[in-house]
Amino acid sequence: MDYVKLAVLAVVTVFAAIAANYARDVAYLVNALTIMLVAGGLFVWVLRHVGDKREPAPQNEYFDGVVRAGVIATVFWGVVGFLVGTFIAFQLAWPQLNFDWAQPYLNFGRLRPLHTSAVIFAFGGNALIATSFYVVQRTSAARLWGGNTAWFVFWGYQLFIVLAASGYLLGATQSKEYAEPEWYVDIWLTIVWLAYLAVFLGTLMKRREPHIYVANWFYLAFIVTVAMLHVVNNLSIPVSIWGSKSVQVFAGVQDAMVQWWYGHNAVGFFLTAGFLGMMYYFIPKQAERPVYSYKLSIIHFWALIFLYIWAGPHHLHYTALPDWAQTLGMVFSIMLWMPSWGGMINGLMTLSGAWDKLRTDPVIRMMVVAVGFYGMATFEGPMMSIKAVNSLSHYTDWTIGHVHSAALGWNGMITFGALYYLVPKLWNRERLYSLALVSWHFWLATIGIVLYASSMWVTGIMEGLMWREVDAQGFLVNSFAQTVEAKFPMYVVRGLGGALYLLGSVIMAYNLWKTVSGAKATTRAPATVPAE
Amino acid sequence: MELYTALRQFADSWAVVAFMIFLFGMVLFLFRPGNREIHRDIANTVFRNDDRPASDSGRSTEEAGGRTESEAR
Repeated sequence: MDYVKLAVLAVVTVFAAIAANYARDVAYLVNALTIMLVAGGLFVWVLRHVGDKREPAPQNEYFDGVVRAGVIATVFWGVVGFLVGTFIAFQLAWPQLNFDWAQPYLNFGRLRPLHTSAVIFAFGGNALIATSFYVVQRTSAARLWGGNTAWFVFWGYQLFIVLAASGYLLGATQSKEYAEPEWYVDIWLTIVWLAYLAVFLGTLMKRREPHIYVANWFYLAFIVTVAMLHVVNNLSIPVSIWGSKSVQVFAGVQDAMVQWWYGHNAVGFFLTAGFLGMMYYFIPKQAERPVYSYKLSIIHFWALIFLYIWAGPHHLHYTALPDWAQTLGMVFSIMLWMPSWGGMINGLMTLSGAWDKLRTDPVIRMMVVAVGFYGMATFEGPMMSIKAVNSLSHYTDWTIGHVHSAALGWNGMITFGALYYLVPKLWNRERLYSLALVSWHFWLATIGIVLYASSMWVTGIMEGLMWREVDAQGFLVNSFAQTVEAKFPMYVVRGLGGALYLLGSVIMAYNLWKTVSGAKATTRAPATVPAE
Repeated sequence: MELYTALRQFADSWAVVAFMIFLFGMVLFLFRPGNREIHRDIANTVFRNDDRPASDSGRSTEEAGGRTESEAR
């Protein structure tokens, strides 16, 4: 086995070196060098460990090392992603921050995909991988399947992030929103993702519990659907094997439809289904009572799966897309409101009889606010997908406000809650370092989101109205530059909201660090003692 | 238009009805008698096996209470 690994790594290293030599563009060159260094380093590492005696993985223990690594990566990428986001928010307010000396690498156009990918795929993705590995083991009562494959998934995913991020800064993009990475990065992600699917499914198959807990259904839907979306949306033909540029297989409105079928289901399955998996595990755990209605959670699952996949066309209202497709997207978006609120009610009512915990436990407060934002965003979204509303809201900052109240409020807060739950558990600590700091984080983040969302509502509706304003003769009243000028104060408020949210996440990082470096809990029995 | 025709044929066929039957059948299936106990048991999955995987003897010790000793502490 070691020799197969060595042969593969040697071939990859040599090929990457050749690719770097023939590279047609700088992004491809840097990515090829990165791959060469990683593969070369791994080669040496494997070579030094050939013939080592390896203990078989203890099947009576959970595989938590990879979860710990995932938690660290989540916190790190979260802070990085929020920092870049706050910076580009201020770039929009003060364009001088697109420094001349850093052109073109640090301008808004290149940092923006870095921000979206860092928060969605690096922060959110690591959170999903780490929590899914944690949850599937506990609810299956089985160790992760596939030995070190889970480590391959973790490190492979980090390599994907580094390749994508360095590529963006150096100008490689296929200009599809949330699917910017170029062809070779896409292929790598496909390999990593299939390994992830294998680990998850393998663990489910060797489970000791008779049933598959609902959180795992959501995680599985997320993994399978993202695989399908990723492959179809990234069907492209590279111009040269030595360059990063590729050409899409689909063209025109078909390409747009495929892109937003992907784009909206990235929201629906990555940012919703996956994080609902978190909700259905961590809220019952933190509240110490089972989910309010298990039946409702199953209805939530199937209705969400059946409806979400059709909602994509609402991103293309009033375009070349056929009218029937636009209407289809709108109708399915509105129908989605029901399962979404069913899920929200299910999450909130899990606390029935334990509402007093809200006063004493800032972690559960965070989770409840997350579910509240889930409900708010899943009401706002269907409303904005109605064609009449969309004619006002589309292309304005209202959309950006909607996305951020959902992403910061729902995805961010539920992840923070899960991290606060996980860190003492994973590092065997009795409690968090400071609950007061959790409260600080909670309030900074909440106020940050409120500033962000309200300023974007104001500026979005304002610019939508300014764009459509006509005088008595039917001429447009405002030029585009005038709408930009009018938005300045709201842009500053938005940046401020982002800064508060960033500060909260830095406090979390400090708090978690102090928790880990603090004293070990002494109550837990050592892991070698058999169960019972 | 090959792909479009294929998808259109799929949409115009009974496939849509099959989807609907599956979805509503799933919901009806949920409410069949005897499911209440099963669902209570699954919902309590999260409170079992918190610290280590189930041993080979299965979950005989845990069936009774629903929650394990680790949760009761």
